[in-house]
Amino acid sequence: MSEMRSLLADAAARAMSGAGEAFSPALWRALEDAGLAAAWLAEDKGGAGADLGDTMAILRVAGRHALAAPLAETLLAAWLLSESRLAIPAGPLSIAPVERGALPTLARAGKGWRLSGEARHVPWARDAKALAVLATHDGRIHVARVAVDKSALTHGENLAGEPRDAVRFGDVVLAADAVAPAGVDFDALWRRGALCRAATMAGALDEVLDLTVRYCGERVQFGRPIGKFQAIQQQVAELAAMVAASGVAADAASAAAERGNATFAIAAAKARIGEAAGPAAAIAHQVHGAMGFAREHRLNLYTRRLWSWREEFGDESYWWGWLGRAAARVGGDALWPFLTGPRDEAKP
Amino acid sequence: MQGPLRFRQIELPPAAEALRAELRRFLADERQAGHFTPDFEGWGGFSPEFSRAIGARGWIGMTWPKEYGGGGRSPLERYVLTEEMLAAGAPTRAHWVADRQSGPTILRFGTEQQKRTYLPAIARGECYFCIGMSEPDSGSDLASIRTRATKVAGGWEIEGTKIWTSNAHRCHMMILLARTSPRGEDRHAGMTQFLIELATPGIAVRPIYNLANEHDFNEVAFDRAFVPDDRVIGETGNGWNQVTSELAFERSGPERWLSTYGLLRELVDAVGPEPGAKEAEAIGRLIAQLVTLRSMSISVAGMLAEGETPNVEAAVVKDLGTNFEQEIPAVARRLIPHAARAPDFAHALDHAILWAPAFTIRGGTREVLRGIIARALGLR
Repeated sequence: MSEMRSLLADAAARAMSGAGEAFSPALWRALEDAGLAAAWLAEDKGGAGADLGDTMAILRVAGRHALAAPLAETLLAAWLLSESRLAIPAGPLSIAPVERGALPTLARAGKGWRLSGEARHVPWARDAKALAVLATHDGRIHVARVAVDKSALTHGENLAGEPRDAVRFGDVVLAADAVAPAGVDFDALWRRGALCRAATMAGALDEVLDLTVRYCGERVQFGRPIGKFQAIQQQVAELAAMVAASGVAADAASAAAERGNATFAIAAAKARIGEAAGPAAAIAHQVHGAMGFAREHRLNLYTRRLWSWREEFGDESYWWGWLGRAAARVGGDALWPFLTGPRDEAKP
Repeated sequence: MQGPLRFRQIELPPAAEALRAELRRFLADERQAGHFTPDFEGWGGFSPEFSRAIGARGWIGMTWPKEYGGGGRSPLERYVLTEEMLAAGAPTRAHWVADRQSGPTILRFGTEQQKRTYLPAIARGECYFCIGMSEPDSGSDLASIRTRATKVAGGWEIEGTKIWTSNAHRCHMMILLARTSPRGEDRHAGMTQFLIELATPGIAVRPIYNLANEHDFNEVAFDRAFVPDDRVIGETGNGWNQVTSELAFERSGPERWLSTYGLLRELVDAVGPEPGAKEAEAIGRLIAQLVTLRSMSISVAGMLAEGETPNVEAAVVKDLGTNFEQEIPAVARRLIPHAARAPDFAHALDHAILWAPAFTIRGGTREVLRGIIARALGLR
């Protein structure tokens, strides 16, 4: 790990440790002060000049701390806006839409624009100052910077209690400089979102393993720590292997993204980690017994997030399907060269 | 940073990728010339001709020093060699154990004379080894072996039986683990490794047919077989430490996740270029697992290249990898119904089903591997 990356990861751990279980302006200020909220931006734009890999290292730490803040979403929004040469507002941000389907539409309104449509399950919409919205105009994809109108939100939460709000764009009027042709398309947002979730999930899985190993040493039954029982050891070893695979998959996707050709590695990572999330959480809960089923124990902060995040930016079925169709297109004889690369791919 | 399991992201160096291109040309030519037809088991068939051909190219013992006939190249280059051979279904079985395990043991613990005698012959693809560890009453509990070496004038006399010895009937040599002093309080003490010429009087090799009705396994009985003193490997009594020091080499390589790759290749062809959603998802799942295992395996090769001994990481690769090898036939049979199977696919599938039980037993059972992982986590 580079020195820059270690410094950022350490700064992230300092800013995130001890934070509460709910979003707060104080937590956001701590992230901003540590240079994390605008990490992707150049230093002269208030960022840390971090590359994609650095950012994934930060998100891995966020996963380990069950960070209750839209850090990945703010980074994604800033990226969408900067790729489209739009100004980036201060404060927490989010992106929309995050699900496949018809994009909202833009129409000319005098010198400005009018935005119509809706987006579901928008992460942290209620806590965001603004959204970067992908929308179509005349068959072309644009990015619109939209201040969050609290009255246009219908609150919803994922299994972890994180805000996933429905946002209605009822002919929102936007200034001319709030809209520009998009530098990227929805697939690119989806890919980068999947990469962010993969890194965060890998971090959450690291913590699930640590919590489980610790509990194995603390909990005494039949006169010995439960970790001394082979039945427990076999399960925890299986958990450790899944967690290791998830970390490696996330690192591989991050490294591929830095090189520029990453769809395949991101697909593999999101699918592999998404597949691990269910059985990993199941083992952790089995080992923790009733204690892990209680909200007062930290385990659920991670397992409920894992169950939620595996659905976002493409679940296993989505990315398995993508990988399987790619493999089928190249065929059996060319499969091995395809798997080992190099492959011709879109940038993340 | 991530606890006791350390998998670092490793990029294969340009030299390794250049070797890959060379290997692909060679393997395509060999196939074209009819020197081999791809085998459906990743470890491939037993072909002394093929072994000599790749030995001549410096592709056996390629990480060993040149003075012993090696290539002086990096474990990452050897990694690429291994995965290309396995993916192509090349017949590597004859030299496999000598290249992966026996040679490195001799190199690390052997005498100068042993190195000069055996390593160049192994590297030429002319001298094949088998592993004499398991016994009828000692499998996972290797320290319980009873084969005994008794000191006699000028050497040792071996008495006992080894079992599940792959290829003993067509190898020249065995590295034998035997007790040289009775089992005491330290059950890992008192064992010694010997270089055994299988043609020695007093050694009887009997076939054991496996589930696929193939003759791979053997039982090897030692009836007062004599071994000269200069065939002791390393220190007398240090056998356990020597055996366990090579585990990372044995457990992390592509042979632990590519054994049924040939079936995956057939499966991709069987579903065709435009598969349905069910077929695409099932194949995509296997691919996500395969490329992740490959990254893990490369990471371990990178640690070996740095001189580390990543035994726990290797155990993780083998546990996940061999489960994956078993998963391929399980998926393939559900996607392509019995009546719809073309002959090549059916052959690959049947072979994989019959071999699958071995994957999570050979080279360390699933239960033993998970015990090693649990110990590293501090549970035992």
